[in-house]
Formats: sequence, structure tokens, C-alpha cells
Amino acid sequence: MIEVRGLIKRFGYTVVLGGVSLTVPTGQTVVLLGPNGAGKTTLLRILATLLRPTMGEVYIHGEDAVRRPERVRHLLGYVSHQALVYPDLTAMENLHFYARLYGLPEASRRVQEMLEVVGLARRAHDLVRTFSRGMVQRLTIARALLHNPPVLLLDEPDTGLDPQAAAMLVKLLREVAQAGRTVLFTTHNLTRGVDFADRVLILAGGRIVVDRPATSLDVAQLSRLYARAAAQEGA
Amino acid sequence: MKFWQAVWAIFWKDVRAEFRTKDIFTGMFVFALLAVLIFNFAFELRVSNVRQVLPGVIWVAVVFAGMLGLNRSFILEVDRGNIEGLLLAPLDRSAIYFGKMLGNLVFMLAVEVVLLPILVVLFNVNVLQPAILLVVGLGTLGFAIVGTVFAAIAVNTRAREVLLPVLLLPVMVPVLVSAVKASANLLDGAPLAEQAMWLRLLVVFDIIFLAVSYMTFDYVLEE
Repeated sequence: MIEVRGLIKRFGYTVVLGGVSLTVPTGQTVVLLGPNGAGKTTLLRILATLLRPTMGEVYIHGEDAVRRPERVRHLLGYVSHQALVYPDLTAMENLHFYARLYGLPEASRRVQEMLEVVGLARRAHDLVRTFSRGMVQRLTIARALLHNPPVLLLDEPDTGLDPQAAAMLVKLLREVAQAGRTVLFTTHNLTRGVDFADRVLILAGGRIVVDRPATSLDVAQLSRLYARAAAQEGA
Repeated sequence: MKFWQAVWAIFWKDVRAEFRTKDIFTGMFVFALLAVLIFNFAFELRVSNVRQVLPGVIWVAVVFAGMLGLNRSFILEVDRGNIEGLLLAPLDRSAIYFGKMLGNLVFMLAVEVVLLPILVVLFNVNVLQPAILLVVGLGTLGFAIVGTVFAAIAVNTRAREVLLPVLLLPVMVPVLVSAVKASANLLDGAPLAEQAMWLRLLVVFDIIFLAVSYMTFDYVLEE
């Protein structure tokens, strides 16, 4: 479960998040939409404990993520714009490295299991720098899921993927979400967002301006809401 | 246990990646070799007693080559965004410091292992004496201890290559003075026992800055 109360983030005089409040129950999949500069990445980075908010409270499974970030890090899996894997290590070495950082018991078994889940078992001993963008993204998801976190934060995981790789990614994420995890992800692909999520949020001007169940929206309605939010952001 | 497991994982990851790319070692070694060669040409013509200048040559080569390595080790983490992967892990952030510091220390020692025999050949002075190696080792340790913290600070700035020496060299003055003085005295044939003051200064510097770095690294990595 994710709870956010009155979250404000300023960079100098620029207000990026202007009082975001949000509750995501356990097991729910939420898509966070919004134009560039709306504050989606900032919100996810605060939830991931990579940024400190200027004001406000964040709780992950009841633990205070602002004051005691070290207590929530093992609960979180985070996929950012960047792969967070080392190109000069093999896929297996990368996952073993992160398994050691997380202090996982039976690391070898878990690493092998994750490589099979993301379909990279046959390339386990190849250097990551030889991988395609789609393969790197699958390895990134394996890294984020390695310690079996109950909360998964994904920042535009489909960026730069061809349709085939994106379809594979969606299939993988659907399996992840069905395992009972709380998933919060951002995307610019509205169709993918409304298909995949239980709930749709639109962020504009540092505030949540739309919060609707995904079943209550079709892509055309979502496009209109998104365009209105984008206009508000531009204004 | 988990702390040292993480330290070892970060250290070993750096060593393994460097073994494949040789990005850091090659840059450091070539720079150090060129510095030593230039000093060799310059002093061959003018200096009658090369023992007087050799400690300076060693430390200029080691310090500036080391600076290249320190910069590179954090640039590789930050430019690819991998530092976030380390920050996301549920571990004490000083584990990141110790892992990176050990990596930097080993890369510098590797350069020195190749460089010192070259100095013996070029300057015809035996610097491969246990006492001098002890001084070089303690000085290099101090450099890696302080340099790792300052490299982590400098890497998030635009002028990181310029900022690192500007920040680091003033703090390194006690190490450089002690190391150069002790090395010079030892090359002149003075016994190790007479260098106790310089060695103590090196050891105290290493211990104090290791403790300060351990306590402050968490704040260094804050946004």
C-alpha cells in the first residue's frame, strides 16, 4: 500500500509537485499519466526514496519513506528511464551483484529464476552491452523484481521499445501485477495505460487532476482528459 | 555481515568491469608513464642528484594519475545512472563508499606496481625498498580515502574534472608533505625508524579521514 499526503517538491523557486495526496491499496495497478514536466518522474523518485520531498508524508506499507527511507527500500522495485544495469557485466553477473546488495538468501536460484521469467536464461552469460534495448529493459525488470518487492514503481518502462518488445513487456508486467503487487507506472501510451491499469491518474501542474477507475474510461475519453490536462500544464 | 557483503560486491563489480574494459587503468597508467618520462628528459640535463627530485616525481605521477582514476570511477556510475541502483538498495550508504574506495585503492596500487620498476630503470635509483613501499602504500591509502569522497561530490557538478583537484589537493597537503619528506629521507639512506613522525602523520591522517568519510558519505550522496 502506498499513502502520499500533501506532497510538495520545489527545485529552487520552481514548484514541481504542489500538494499531491494519493492512496494506492495493495494489489492495485495504477497508471500515472501527464505531459512532460508534470512531475511524474519526481513523484516516482520521491516514492522510491531517491529524492526528499520539500513537504509532505509518504508511507509504503505503513513505513515512513521520508524519515526512515532505509526501512522501505527492500519493499520497493524501481524501473527508471535508465537501465541501472552495468553494460560490462553479463546479465547473470548484474543480477548476482544486486542479489548481494539486497542480501538475498539462495541468490543463485533466485537469479536463475528471474532470468527465466524475463526470457533471458539463454543469454545469461552475455555482456549486457551486446543486448538490444528490449532485452536490457527485460533485465531491468528482472533487477527490480529480484528481491520480490510488494511495490513496483515503473517510470515509462515502454520508452524506446519496438511494438514487439513493448508487447512482451506488457505481458511480463501483467504477470507481475497478477502476483498481487502494488504497481504504479507512468507512460505516454494512453492505450497501454487504460488497458493495463485498474486506475488512471493524470498529473498536471504538480497536482492530480484526474483520478478515475480505468473501467470507466475508453481511450477516446482518456485522450480528451489528457489533452485538457496538457493544456492546463501549458497554461 | 550484510554490510561487508555489499562492500565486497561493489568492489568486485568494479574490478570485474575494469578487467574487461581497462578504462581506468589504461588512462591512469599512460598518464603516469608520460609524466615520469617528461620528468626523466627534463632532469637528465640539469639535475646532478636525481634522488633529490625523485620523491616529487613519484608523487606528482601518482597523484595526478590517481585523480583521473577517481573521476572515472564515479563518472561510470553517474553517467549511466547506475548510482541510483546502488542508492535504491537497502544498505548503509557507507558500504558504497568502502566498496568504491577499495576499488580506487586497488587501481592506484596496480598502476604503482608497474610504474615503480619503470622509475628504477629510468632514474637508476632503487625505489623498490620495503620502507619506501610502505610510505607509498600509506600515502596511496590516504589519497584513496579522501579522493573517493571528493570524487563523489565533484561528479554531480558540471566542471567535475576541474573541481576534483581544486577540492582534493588542499586537503591532501599533509599526506603529500609526509610522503615526499619520508620518501626523500629514505632514498638518502636514513633509517625507517627516523621517519616515525612522517609515518605517524600518514597513519593518523588515514584513520581520521576514514572515520570522517564513513560518517559523512550518506550526506554526500544526498540530492
